[in-house]
Amino acid sequence: MEQSLLSIVTFLPLVAAVVMALFLRGEDEAAQLGAKRMAFFVTTATFLISLAILVQFDPSNPGFQLVEEGEWMLGLTYKVGVDGISVLFVLLTTFLMPLVIAACWGVDHRVKEYMIALLLLESLMIGVFVALDLVLFYLFFEAGLIPMFLIIGIWGGANRIYASFKFFLYTFLGSVLMLVAMIAMYVDAGTTDIPTLLTHQFSAGTMEIMGMQVVGGMQTILFLAFFASFAVKMPMWPVHTWLPDAHVQAPTAGSVVLAAILLKMGGYGFLRFSLPMFPVASDLMAPFVMWLSVIAIIYTSLVAMVQEDMKKLIAYSSVAHMGYVTMGIFAANQQGIDGAIFQMISHGFVSGALFLCVGVIYDRMHTREIDAYGGLVNRMPAYALVFMLFTMANVGLPGTSGFVGEFLTLMGVFQVNTWIAVLAATGVILSAAYALWLYRRVVFGDLIKESLKSITDMTPRERLIFAPLIVMTLLLGVYPSLALDVIGPAVENLVHNYDLALEHFVPDTAVAATASH
Amino acid sequence: METILLFGPLVGAVICGFSWRLIGETAACAVATGFLFLSCLLSWITFLGFGGETEVRELFTWIASGTLDASWSVRIDRLTAIMLIVITSVSALVHLYSFGYMAHDDHFREGESYRPRFFAYLSFFTFAMLALVTADNLLQLFFGWEGVGVASYLLIGFYFRKPTAGAAAIKAFVVNRVGDFGFLLGIFAIYKLTDTINFDVILSTGPQLAETTISFLGYELNAANTIGMLLFVGAMGKSAQLFLHTWLPDAMEGPTPVSALIHAATMVTAGVFLVCRMSPIYEYAPYATNFIIIVGAATAFFAATVGLVQNDIKRVIAYSTCSQLGYMFVAAGVGVYSVAMFHLFTHAFFKAMLFLGAGSVIHAMHHEQDMRNYGGLRKKIPLTYAAMLIGTLAITGVGIPLTHIGFAGFLSKDAVIESAFAFGGGLGLYAFWALVVAACFTSFYSWRLIYLTFFGKPRGDKHAHDHAHESPMTMVAPLGVLAVGAVFAGMVWYQPFFGDHDRVNQFFGIPAHHAVEAHGEDHSDDHGVAETHEEDGHAEVAAHSEEADHGDEAVMAEAAHGDDAHDEGMDHAAAHADPEHADEMAAHHFEVVGAIHMAPDNHVMDDAHHSPNWVKVSPFIAMLIGFLTATYFYIIAPKTPARLAELFQPLYQFLLNKWYFDEIYNVVFVIPAMFIGRFFWKRGDGNVIDGGINGLAMGIIPWFTKMAGRAQSGYLFHYAFAMVLGIALLITIVTLSFGG
Repeated sequence: MEQSLLSIVTFLPLVAAVVMALFLRGEDEAAQLGAKRMAFFVTTATFLISLAILVQFDPSNPGFQLVEEGEWMLGLTYKVGVDGISVLFVLLTTFLMPLVIAACWGVDHRVKEYMIALLLLESLMIGVFVALDLVLFYLFFEAGLIPMFLIIGIWGGANRIYASFKFFLYTFLGSVLMLVAMIAMYVDAGTTDIPTLLTHQFSAGTMEIMGMQVVGGMQTILFLAFFASFAVKMPMWPVHTWLPDAHVQAPTAGSVVLAAILLKMGGYGFLRFSLPMFPVASDLMAPFVMWLSVIAIIYTSLVAMVQEDMKKLIAYSSVAHMGYVTMGIFAANQQGIDGAIFQMISHGFVSGALFLCVGVIYDRMHTREIDAYGGLVNRMPAYALVFMLFTMANVGLPGTSGFVGEFLTLMGVFQVNTWIAVLAATGVILSAAYALWLYRRVVFGDLIKESLKSITDMTPRERLIFAPLIVMTLLLGVYPSLALDVIGPAVENLVHNYDLALEHFVPDTAVAATASH
Repeated sequence: METILLFGPLVGAVICGFSWRLIGETAACAVATGFLFLSCLLSWITFLGFGGETEVRELFTWIASGTLDASWSVRIDRLTAIMLIVITSVSALVHLYSFGYMAHDDHFREGESYRPRFFAYLSFFTFAMLALVTADNLLQLFFGWEGVGVASYLLIGFYFRKPTAGAAAIKAFVVNRVGDFGFLLGIFAIYKLTDTINFDVILSTGPQLAETTISFLGYELNAANTIGMLLFVGAMGKSAQLFLHTWLPDAMEGPTPVSALIHAATMVTAGVFLVCRMSPIYEYAPYATNFIIIVGAATAFFAATVGLVQNDIKRVIAYSTCSQLGYMFVAAGVGVYSVAMFHLFTHAFFKAMLFLGAGSVIHAMHHEQDMRNYGGLRKKIPLTYAAMLIGTLAITGVGIPLTHIGFAGFLSKDAVIESAFAFGGGLGLYAFWALVVAACFTSFYSWRLIYLTFFGKPRGDKHAHDHAHESPMTMVAPLGVLAVGAVFAGMVWYQPFFGDHDRVNQFFGIPAHHAVEAHGEDHSDDHGVAETHEEDGHAEVAAHSEEADHGDEAVMAEAAHGDDAHDEGMDHAAAHADPEHADEMAAHHFEVVGAIHMAPDNHVMDDAHHSPNWVKVSPFIAMLIGFLTATYFYIIAPKTPARLAELFQPLYQFLLNKWYFDEIYNVVFVIPAMFIGRFFWKRGDGNVIDGGINGLAMGIIPWFTKMAGRAQSGYLFHYAFAMVLGIALLITIVTLSFGG
């Protein structure tokens, strides 16, 4: 049992999906309900089992834990494990999935396939966070695209085909480069084992490629290849435009999963690969990445301010929040990375909840136009309260989880570069502006629109979905040590090794620098 | 006890907000009010029984990351104790007052429950404000800071049906966020330099910071000044100082009790509190304090000029608040923090009373707020009239010149003005005259308010005047209590805040530094202490340039040493009756000890005591001029204002439109932001990025579009699974062939 805990958590949803595909027949109401119930039961069970990971996980140990290793097909190795960086993402995924399933109780189109897609997606997402082998990671990372692609393409809105292809194209083209880089890494290090690769030093001497001096050499090239993939996933400016489209067209469940979990794979990738494996290149590229992050924060916040579609607005706000994450990661100090991971976890709850909030009124009115609403507080006081809470968490109000990540990343970046910190901190002003303006237009005011006169407040099912999210948002806001204690040692280790690698490298850059002159 | 005091209002808010359906509206409101009165009682016990020793109780860790370690904690020192009684007293009275004021509200429909929500917000606000003042680190202070901001946002937008209320709420929050932006950067800078954000350490690093430089935005700047400026930007936002003041008048959209509690007595004074709390750093930041003086005095003057011509009764008082906050900042800026706190303290009483009185008038007049529609109300609402009169006497500073007998404002405001004069130099004179002129204007607009409201003939809607009635006891009683404060608060607490330097030191727990002067040892002169620290400061700089950690340790060690030494000093003093040693030790590490700090070379307070008599009398004269002019304008020759307005039309319009700040900000910030947002969206995202990438992709892979056409027909599944298999196969083959 102990030996295979991670595998059980990873593959339980997949097994359920297969069972459902093979044995569940019929399209009638009973079959639909059966599919939903089964999916909900399985995801809940997965969550409960995944709690055992947390129990067995030793936060003071910065290394990989609960490691499972075994022969796989074709001479490849199956290896999974978690450390302080990845373990919370696993739990975030298992925590959110039952809520996601519960949130799409109202779906009646191809329900069985929908549930299969979601269960499959859960397995693949967890797989990304636990994989300790390059091939395994790549498989999970890429395969995760497909159920998402289907969820948008089949259960999405009017323009879903365009959105799903855009989503697929962007993310897939990014990962092709990553695949090539992985092969190169294998050739260089002779292994696909991630823990071994973490200790492998990729050469960073200046290389000459087609007459161009490449400072940082192989590391830089590998870094850029990975960057292409992770930057799209994050998404970072300027490759973010697939996200608003995908969100707008995706069904509520799709949006929640996309914002809450899929986006985190990019940040996770940076922390698992870019920073520890290519420290020299990361250090070289850090200013570039941080500037892109700042541009993302300001640019997308301003764009968010003028949106007319609720989901688009929240999607742009997600891009801005992910800007804090990339900025914090490449500040490469304890606060920056602690903050980045915390921000990702928090954003999982908050953005997920915000998309659910949109879902609540979309289910009733079938429109996401902000102008179609107004004065909802008159008839939906409970909804107004929930929406207010998550709006404030999105704005980064202290006491909610949204604040901790923002504060720590900014704190980390300030130690490194004050210009970037100052510009990024304008995000706290802009986020307040767009989020509160959205809230005002949707919730405040008198209820004058005829179509809204009979709108009803949240159902008990909806309230139950939000309850755990509210608890987590406030709990992590008031007592973030719950997460920071788990993250801390692993990050400390990461930062330590990163600094060490850079120290060792110093003479080489000096030589390279003089040589290039 | 401190914990109950702090969390009582939160418990009240939660019970009131979430269980009113179970226990009934009135009961819910009563619960919230009850908790507040409990808090108030405990606050007074704390205040009166406070011995001068700082007490800190740590509750649990909040944010800990690397060397950053901030906890939820309750810190009680003199500054906190003063704020505690201000906050809980006013809040408790406002809760009580709201029973009457919020009983019926035309903004809500018949049968709608809004009172529990109102009381819950008020109690939540009080909790956040208490968290702010009891913070032992900058992070908790920031929590309270933003918490009161959000409570303010909710309460300004309380009448959610009014579009203006929604707009004002957002404006308040966003403008405050501009200030918070500076505050946050200040916190980051402090952490960067001292490796901590806990008060006990950072407050002892003032002298070192004064010697340190920080690289900020490519410049090498003096650390103390930079930090001081950044934190003050935060204070400017919260305390509605010039340039960030625009939200405060609009905040009057909220119910009047809110204006009294949040936008007069407590939240807006948080900025003053912050500066006083950080006084050990500001003492070593001359440029920052000069900036505070400039902004404070300018605000006092600017807001007073605008107040002269406003017609909305609440807006007049709002501008008055803005102006009085400027006074407080001047006092803090010249380095007499105790006087800043003194004015904060007295102002809380009389300004809350003025607002609640105005609320009573508005209540009587069926929510009419335009003073042009008032007139002759003194017989209809005599108790309110009496309260407003006392408030006006207090704010205008009525008292007997050259004595310490007078209304609260007389003592505190004059102390501010004298301190400004004593600061000396061009800046001191500028502040002095700005404040004296502002005092004259204050007197004018305050009396104008009284005359327009209570004197003359009834104007406007006759029906409203006929039905004007005195407010219920729940509203009048708080006015009475506050009136006591407005009359006596100044006289009772004059000595410990300003009058007697030794009492001030004792009151704020500052070991008297001139006690050291008596001993002819190392620290015999005032500068000895500073010099000692300068050496530390140099060590600091060196340490920082090498490696941050070492410097940080130095600071920590310093602080730890300070604590130990202090305790040791006290023990010595007690056990061995060795005052010389004790004094020396205490003096050496005074920064850690007192609630506020005045540097050894800061003699402004003593100089203020010895300022010439014409200086001491000038605010009184200014007050008289304002009073007489108002009397002439509105009682003797009521046609004069209209004629003057006609005569000086441009000036009148300029003042009436509040110096056009809103219009300018709209053109400079709001419209461009929207334009740029739209531009980035349509052009940046739309044309450049999507246009470029889609064009490329669709050009290179034309078959993809064909796939898109087929996707709906079920081929998607095939395609997708083919993709998975393809990837897996690819990896396998590649790895195998390379792996050999």
